[in-house]
Amino acid sequence: MESSPSEGPVVSSRVRLARNLLDATFPGWASKEVRNRVWNDVVLAFDTFEKSETFLRWRMDELEPLDRELLFERHLISGELAERQEGSGVFISEDESRAVMVNEEDHIRLQSLQPGLSLQAALAAADALDDALEQNLSYAFSSKLGYLTACPSNLGTGMRASVMLHLPGLCLTEEVKPVINAVSKIGLAVRGLWGEGSEAAGHMFQISNQITLGKTESEIIEHLEQIVLEVIEHEKNARLRLMDSQEIKVHDHIGRAYGVLANAALMTSGEALDLLSAIRMGIDLGLLPDIKRQDIDQLFIRIHPAHLQKEAGEALGPDERDMKRAQLIRHFLDGS
Amino acid sequence: MKCDLCDKEAVVHLTQVVDAEMKEYHLCEEHAQEQGIDIDSPISITDILMGLGQQAKQSVPSGLTLSCPRCGMARDEFRKTGRLGCPDCYKTFMAELAAAVKAMHHSTQHIGKIPAREGSQTRIKSKIARLQKDLETAVAREEFEAAAKIRDEINAFKETENSEGGAS
Repeated sequence: MESSPSEGPVVSSRVRLARNLLDATFPGWASKEVRNRVWNDVVLAFDTFEKSETFLRWRMDELEPLDRELLFERHLISGELAERQEGSGVFISEDESRAVMVNEEDHIRLQSLQPGLSLQAALAAADALDDALEQNLSYAFSSKLGYLTACPSNLGTGMRASVMLHLPGLCLTEEVKPVINAVSKIGLAVRGLWGEGSEAAGHMFQISNQITLGKTESEIIEHLEQIVLEVIEHEKNARLRLMDSQEIKVHDHIGRAYGVLANAALMTSGEALDLLSAIRMGIDLGLLPDIKRQDIDQLFIRIHPAHLQKEAGEALGPDERDMKRAQLIRHFLDGS
Repeated sequence: MKCDLCDKEAVVHLTQVVDAEMKEYHLCEEHAQEQGIDIDSPISITDILMGLGQQAKQSVPSGLTLSCPRCGMARDEFRKTGRLGCPDCYKTFMAELAAAVKAMHHSTQHIGKIPAREGSQTRIKSKIARLQKDLETAVAREEFEAAAKIRDEINAFKETENSEGGAS
């Protein structure tokens, strides 16, 4: 899929809806029996409409730790679900664009993921799945407080919309902190995807809404989109300024990143993330015409521990992983 | 606001719900400490969220423990984890949650999506709530003609709500 250079900074958009069944205690307080019953209810709901789509399903207690890590690395389940056992599980659409976690913090956490800045599309897909499930489930809902959730911070729409952004320009010009502060002041949360605050590895950030009650789903998404577009403008300007005043340094930064990635024999995750970030910016700046941005985005995920081990077909210790990671990247760059 | 037990200014405000009866207490620093509420001890995030920023982890005086009749979750348990036990907990703990919900979302009225199963009464209520929000915006922007139109719409919906014989 072609996306214009201005969309470079936006990696993906996600909408998550939290729902609970009317007649069961919330997962954190529920007995094993209740959780199992909730799981069975959701299975039934899926079976009823799966005739038109296929969702793969896994109970957490049936998955090996490595497989759970894998799903977590792909952003298909949360760290919390990965730790859960009996009664918890996940349904995932074949194209991985939608996932439904069962018995995490809430009975149902439905997620829809789309590449680029596409919150409306992500919401539409989430809504459709929500409507389909609701035909066979009774949700806990109050006309005043909206969808009832285990934590009051998710009341109302139960919706957490977020956008993943790549902001190397702002990080390199050291302007990312003020931007984060400004965004935090208007009801949005910003966090580094890996790591904390402005020390985000790979210069990857996630901006999401914090308020879920008292606004419509569209209002929340419009507000988030508006802010994201402003942040993208700031990022583009930072990159332009870098190219204007320090073009040779930018070339050098990207060139060295490429050099290390193409030749290193050992590579830690942290280093890989930072170097791949430079490559990704290089692609956006038109300096690396032979590499596709979506391949780099996939590489960001494939270099994580569980993915490496799955690809190797065996468990690997930390040093072996560093070796495998370096090899994976070298082969990607030289086309082997 | 004065302390319930003396003339000093009240700094601790408590709301208790006992058997569907709501009681409010207002205490000055000294009387609060006498009652076992230590306002100097560190405050947990959940305490702040509960809107009781000056109350310590110790419980309410006079040995009251509020718990949900349906799932048995006690107030202390909720304060520890920040998570409720079941949908009914919202009714049980509403008096204390209201402040926290308002602080978090700056609103206590849902105007978004409604499940298909909810009846027309809920839809009408939601429509009215949404229109009321629009009305406030129009008034704030001094668009009084638009505001008047919205007000008329609200009244029309309210009539529908009443005529459908629903209890609100």
